[in-house]
Amino acid sequence: MVMEALARLGRSGLAALAGVGRAHMLLAAAIAGLPELLPRPRLLLAQIYNIGVLSVLIIAVSGLFVGMVLGLQGYYVLNQFGAAESLGVMVAASLVRELGPVVTALLVAGRAGSALTAEIGLMKATEQLSALEMMAVNPVRRVLTPRFFGGCLAMPLLAAMFSALGVLGGWFVGVGLLGVDDGAFWSQMQAKLDFRGDVVNGVIKSLVFGVVVTWIALFQGYDATPTAAGVSRATTRSVVHAALAVLGLDFILTALMFGD
Amino acid sequence: MGTTRTMEILVGAFMALGFVALFFLAMRVSNLSAAGAGDGYALIARFDNVGSLKVRAPVSMAGVRLGRVESIGFDAQTYQAVVTLRIEPAYDQIPTDTFANIYTAGLLGEQYVALDPGGSPDYLTNGDQIEHTQSALVLERMIGQFLFNQAQEGAQ
Repeated sequence: MVMEALARLGRSGLAALAGVGRAHMLLAAAIAGLPELLPRPRLLLAQIYNIGVLSVLIIAVSGLFVGMVLGLQGYYVLNQFGAAESLGVMVAASLVRELGPVVTALLVAGRAGSALTAEIGLMKATEQLSALEMMAVNPVRRVLTPRFFGGCLAMPLLAAMFSALGVLGGWFVGVGLLGVDDGAFWSQMQAKLDFRGDVVNGVIKSLVFGVVVTWIALFQGYDATPTAAGVSRATTRSVVHAALAVLGLDFILTALMFGD
Repeated sequence: MGTTRTMEILVGAFMALGFVALFFLAMRVSNLSAAGAGDGYALIARFDNVGSLKVRAPVSMAGVRLGRVESIGFDAQTYQAVVTLRIEPAYDQIPTDTFANIYTAGLLGEQYVALDPGGSPDYLTNGDQIEHTQSALVLERMIGQFLFNQAQEGAQ
């Protein structure tokens, strides 16, 4: 009885470890396909379109509204201390450092990551990947590599759009509706936010999230049980794992970047 | 062919938009336009007390920002704070007898280093030390002094 429980625990532990190992092998294989991808930029282009361009609308709208809500709430608190002019600092710092990269990564995981997983899982279930292999085409290099690099490239650009539109949304609410001084809004923001310390760190964050979200989505699709139920489970897992990884990594990155 | 072309244009527009957003964040939101971190020359000022002066606090003269505080160290021999100021290269005509004060921006604002120019014809160069400094005003100490004076007046 005890032995059986121990064996089950060991089995699930080994299975989890094997999964981690397969995920890393897949990542290495996908990155190794880069030299073959460079002469065929059209494959990459199609994936930037799928992951990036098609996500622009949801990113733009959410960025605008998140910035506007930050403007409203920030004004409410800051005005009590007579520091409404610091609204620009608050909105821009929270967007550029945290909300921009994190919310963008969560949205991309939901919109593009799930689609990637479902697409690759279905390709596997309908044996399209095996068919590619039959034609002596490496399915990882042909299918996964362009998607991986497309995701890595699209994420920082999407996060930058999110932050920029969020700042504009906060500006619209703060300056346009609530009457914060326009000059103080921008000048305090520029005085307090550092290019390398804030903006570049935000871009590094979104780059890391781009790698992680795309990697998880691709791995879940590639590793899915090739059945309808398996693909559906993999899609759910892709979003959940990506969200957890993004939030956990965000804490670590914040501690490393803004610790002092 | 037509769809590929549309896709190419859309991806191009997407990347352009992304870089415009990054450019906006760099120039409008952060201080890249006025940063130039690393260049410029360093001046050293020793203070008895820097209060809550922070690295990257502004260094200003006549209210105009000339540079930033680069580092704050401690000299174990003299028990003084050693503050390194990074001044932008355009402002290379600061007299050698300049006075460095630590002031507070507003009642609750952050502290900054204010330089008052002296009258010397010689200018400070990289690595020079500002001789005349005035420490930060510590509010508790001022209140303590005020209460002490009050008590003394009451005793007389």
